Amino acid sequence: MFSLDRWDVAYTNLIKFSVCFIILCVLIGLFLAILLDQKIRVEGALRAMYLYPMALSFIVTGTVWKWILNPEFGVERIVQNLGFESFTFDWLVNPEMSIYTVVIAGIWQSSGFVMALFLAGLRGIDNQIIHAASIDGASLPTIYWRIIIPGLRPVFFSVLIILLHIAIKSFDLIIALNNAGPGYSSDVPATFMYTYSFSRGQIAIGSASATIMLMVIIAIVVPYLYSELRSEKHA
Amino acid sequence: MRKYFDNRRLGRIFIYTILALFAAYSLFPLYIMVITSFKTMAEIRGGGILLPPGTLNLESWTIAWSGSGECTQGVACTGMKGYFANTLLMVIPAVGISTLLGALNGYVLTKWRFRGSNLLFGMLLLGCFIPFQVILLPMAQVLGQLGLSGSLVGLTFVHVVYGLAFTSLFFRNYYITVPSELIQAARIDGAGFWRIFLRIILPISAPVFVVSVIWQFTQIWNDFLFGVVYSDSQSQPIMVALNNLVNTSTGVKRYNVDMAGALIAGLPTLIVYVIAGKFFVRGLTSGAVKG
Amino acid sequence: MVGLTLRDVRKNYGDVQVIHGINLDIIDGEFVVFVGPSGCGKSTLLRMIAGLEDISSGTVCIGDVEMNDIAASKRGVSMVFQTYALYPHMTVYKNMAFGLKQANTPREEIEKRVQAAAEILQISEYLDRTPRNLSGGQRQRVAIGRAIVRDPSVFLFDEPLSNLDAALRVQTRKEIARLHERLKTTMIYVTHDQVEAMTLADKIVVLRDGRIAQVGSPIELYERPQNAFVAQFIGSPKMNFFSASDLTSGASSLLNRELSDDLQVGIRPEHLSITDSANAVVEGTLELVENLGEYALIHLRTASNVEFIAKAEKPPEVPKASTIKFGVKPPLAHFFDSNSGARSA
Repeated sequence: MFSLDRWDVAYTNLIKFSVCFIILCVLIGLFLAILLDQKIRVEGALRAMYLYPMALSFIVTGTVWKWILNPEFGVERIVQNLGFESFTFDWLVNPEMSIYTVVIAGIWQSSGFVMALFLAGLRGIDNQIIHAASIDGASLPTIYWRIIIPGLRPVFFSVLIILLHIAIKSFDLIIALNNAGPGYSSDVPATFMYTYSFSRGQIAIGSASATIMLMVIIAIVVPYLYSELRSEKHA
Repeated sequence: MRKYFDNRRLGRIFIYTILALFAAYSLFPLYIMVITSFKTMAEIRGGGILLPPGTLNLESWTIAWSGSGECTQGVACTGMKGYFANTLLMVIPAVGISTLLGALNGYVLTKWRFRGSNLLFGMLLLGCFIPFQVILLPMAQVLGQLGLSGSLVGLTFVHVVYGLAFTSLFFRNYYITVPSELIQAARIDGAGFWRIFLRIILPISAPVFVVSVIWQFTQIWNDFLFGVVYSDSQSQPIMVALNNLVNTSTGVKRYNVDMAGALIAGLPTLIVYVIAGKFFVRGLTSGAVKG
Repeated sequence: MVGLTLRDVRKNYGDVQVIHGINLDIIDGEFVVFVGPSGCGKSTLLRMIAGLEDISSGTVCIGDVEMNDIAASKRGVSMVFQTYALYPHMTVYKNMAFGLKQANTPREEIEKRVQAAAEILQISEYLDRTPRNLSGGQRQRVAIGRAIVRDPSVFLFDEPLSNLDAALRVQTRKEIARLHERLKTTMIYVTHDQVEAMTLADKIVVLRDGRIAQVGSPIELYERPQNAFVAQFIGSPKMNFFSASDLTSGASSLLNRELSDDLQVGIRPEHLSITDSANAVVEGTLELVENLGEYALIHLRTASNVEFIAKAEKPPEVPKASTIKFGVKPPLAHFFDSNSGARSA
């Protein structure tokens, strides 16, 4: 399996996808959470709007983004119609960029959820600490940067684990969006495993890749769970 | 003082603008889905993707739901209604069974602790994180041995087993907040394991039941991978059908039918989200954020 | 006769022993209080009597029947919990009736008993409410009511007042005392509060690290503590402890006792009185006076740097840092072995 070029593509894609997906989701989610925490009037409605994609299936998400990113009718054409005739946006069919379309759709689906986690974390921070800091003369950005965001560390941790977990499991989205294509350019281990086990009948290779996925997950999750359980015992 | 006020005002405008922009980004695909599903193919080819349809054209919804009638094989011909029914037949028992068993697990894990119950809990947590792909092949063997391959019952079984880790976790996290003294009081009052579960524990579990049911419903309804692996053409669930509809290679691509299909597949979970969004969020965040 | 007998009762969690062989006799109708600092095993012992915790070894008898292998509900005990443990989804009436229903008591009998108990506790008007709609004090009454309707031979109370505020605590304490007077049932009551222990108990059992430190009536514990632990645990403010070198040179003859380093002298703050040089047992520099109106607490420090407290009717009329001399009536001084902490005659 390690000699297969396709496996190389798959795990490089997973790394590219995970890094972009996680960093952007965290930034957007945190940013939105902080903005929403400023006593916004229509907070409930906005939250609902940000979060509803999480209720949808990755297949539905993939289907609609496939349509939006479609070079013939979608975003490319909108921009061209605005007068930028030479604008091209062909990531969906461009083997170099196809994995990033998965990032776009993934962020659309998950950043609202990340926002909800951070918002819950922000609401959980003791107001007295914030009052104490503002009496100490800290400005609002300083309070956020020095006091609140460090206080969200456990939330960051959870968010990272959950996003990583979504990233590694992301299978449906890729299938629906571009079927791991063009070619196998947006393959990730999850689709790799599926293709080899069920489309090609090379179950041995499929199992090998599944085992690798399991080992990576365990390596990440077990220490996390261990620390969670320990802290629960101390609490 | 005045300047401060202006800055503040400017800041508020900035904040609201950003929030509105992101809301637009968030709603954009839904908007596209809805308007496209009501367009004719001619409108789609002719006009921009953003423009609303000239008239409400329901044809694509009919085709997506009950088929075009032009052929007899596959979802593109028969429509999604059969698969919608398949999914309902699977979702209802799967959600019910996994939730009840999860409640029982949570009860045992918190109130009748035994040697190794913490280890079991750790393994359950790990179970929540195991990628679907890892259990695909072993589960296929189990289903084969049980004679359930390619059937709705088999698929239901898979969802119950996989969902159990989550439901147990929900109930465990809820029951851990129920004081053990309540159980002790009931024991002194003469109630045993089952009676305490039925008469004391279940009646106070309504909130976590809602969370668990919504979570399981969403997960199972939205599942694609298990559906595509463990079902045959008769027992396919809706997400598999949608994917087949969209990725069908025969004939002209009908984007409006794709979008109507996507909406049909997405509506049940969207409705659940609109009705019970609060619980939905609680399910998602359960265990992720302390307290 | 429904007394209790505990014989060499032990409890292990794995290799850790938390109750180290308790022997105790409780006679019928007695009000017994288990008291001790947190972690002393008092709640565990209560739960072992209730049947909620297994007994690792030894025997617990209620009346003449060994209870070790008998289920909690069959022991004829009722228990009132610190958090009340009311069933949140049931009305007050159903909460009180639940146990009787489990025992297949006829409906009219249940009705009669619940009404009677509600009468005693003055909760008749709340019978249709759920616990959520009751105040803390009302919940506590319901919990007691639930215990009463079972008509138990032994009542068990597990820190029942800890979740109440100070005023309500005094009030409920009085009601529990009245209840005992009225029912004359054996009651075992666990608390960490020595005031509750002193006011309620016929017999106090002081526990420390899973062992009995002393058993006796409240006044026995106050007047003749058997060891330094009990001496310090009972009474507020705590008993002062001095070694020979902290006392004046005349102390030995004034107390009529040979003093040495092997001996600790304990004197309660309320037994120290200001006196002159000839009668002084201990002297210290004044550090702080807490005037509570009814009495004053005088905080001092000996030349050997030991802090002690004296309780006086009025604050002393001397400036801070002055030296004050105290005497004590010889029978009110206690002597303990410095090493074992045991009372020395």
